[in-house]
Amino acid sequence: MPGVTAATQRVDVVVEIGGLPIRLSCDDPAFVHLVQERYAGYISAANDAAFDFEIELAPPGTESRDEDVRVTWESGCWLMERGDFRAEWNPSTGQGRIQQTRNPYSLDSVLRIVHTLLLAQRGGFLLHASSAIRNGQAFLFSGVSGAGKTTMARLAPPDAAILTDEISYVIRQDGRYVAAGTPFFGELARVGDNLRAPIKALYLLAKGPENIIEPIAPADAVRGLLGNTLFFARDPEFVKMVFDTAFDFVRQVPVRRLTFAPDSSVWGLIV
Amino acid sequence: MTRPRYVARSTAIAARALGEETMVMSATNSMLFTLDEIASVIWESADGVTPLEQIVADKICTQYDVTLDVALQDAEALVKGLAEHGILLLSDEPLAFSGRSHKETP
Repeated sequence: MPGVTAATQRVDVVVEIGGLPIRLSCDDPAFVHLVQERYAGYISAANDAAFDFEIELAPPGTESRDEDVRVTWESGCWLMERGDFRAEWNPSTGQGRIQQTRNPYSLDSVLRIVHTLLLAQRGGFLLHASSAIRNGQAFLFSGVSGAGKTTMARLAPPDAAILTDEISYVIRQDGRYVAAGTPFFGELARVGDNLRAPIKALYLLAKGPENIIEPIAPADAVRGLLGNTLFFARDPEFVKMVFDTAFDFVRQVPVRRLTFAPDSSVWGLIV
Repeated sequence: MTRPRYVARSTAIAARALGEETMVMSATNSMLFTLDEIASVIWESADGVTPLEQIVADKICTQYDVTLDVALQDAEALVKGLAEHGILLLSDEPLAFSGRSHKETP
C-alpha cells in the first residue's frame, strides 16, 4: 500500500484595523472561517499585509487560568503571554507566531496588544472609550468599567456611527488625531463601523442627575487619558512614547468632563 | 551628624512639567505620579550630586515660609516614597550621574 502523506495547507486572512493590515494564517480552515466571522467588516480584500502571524492551535484544555498579561521585549522580539495564549512578534521583520486555543477572544487580546505596540510608534494609542462619528467628527467617551461607555453608544442617535463601545482606536494622521472604528466591543456585542474621522473632543464620563459638560485642568486631562490608555508593555521606551503622545493629544484635542443622566438627551450636547 | 543624602531621577521614567506640577510615569509599572509645586522643585534639583539638605535649604527655604528642619523632614519623606516606587534614586554618596547608582537604598 502506497504511503499517504497528509498535506497541511495554511489558509490566511488579512485583518485591517486602523489602516494596519495584519495577515493571520492557520492550518485549520474552520478556525480561519471563525476569524473571518469575528472580524467581519475589517477583513481586507487585498493580499498585501505589513505584518504576518502564523497561528498554531493548541488542543482544548491546555490553557491555564493565568489572567495576567505579560508583554516583554527580548532579543529583538515582543513576547506576549497569558494563560490562554503565547505570542511572539519581531517588529523588524513583521513576522510573528501565536499559540492559542480555538477561542477567538485569545486572538482578540493578541491583536489589541500588537496594535498598542504599533500605534505607540506612530503617535497613537488604544483607549478604554466608546466613540462615534457625528457630523463628520469623532467624539470619544472614556471611563473605567461602569462609567457609561456602552450606555453612550446605546443612546446614540441614528445619525451617529458607532466606532466601538469599548476600545477606541486613536491615530495621528497628518498632524491631527483621528479616531477609527474597531472590531473590539464590550456589552454592545457588535463590531464598530469601519470608519474614521478627526477627533473633536474626548469626554471623561461621570454619571449624574443632569447632563453637563465641564472643562478640566490639563493635568487632570492627562491623568484621565493615561488612566484609560491600554498599557501592556513595561518597556521604558514604549512608556515614554505613550506618555509624550498623551501630552500632545491633550494639547491638541479638547478634553472635558461629561456628567450625564442615562437618557438620550445627553446627545443633545454632543455636536 | 547626619550623613548627606543624594537624590537622582531614575532613567526608567517619563516626566513632564505641566504648570507648576510635574507628572512622572514609571516605565516599569506605568504608575503615574503628580508632584506638586514644592515636590517639583526637589525633582528638578535631583541631580545626584547636590545633597538633599542643600536643595531644601537653597531652593525651598528661600522661597517658602518654612524652617529647614520641617522642610527637610517633608523632603525626606517625599524622596523615600518616590524611591520606593523606583522613580527616584536615593544614596548616601553622590551619584555619578542621574539614573545610575552603585549604592542605592530603597
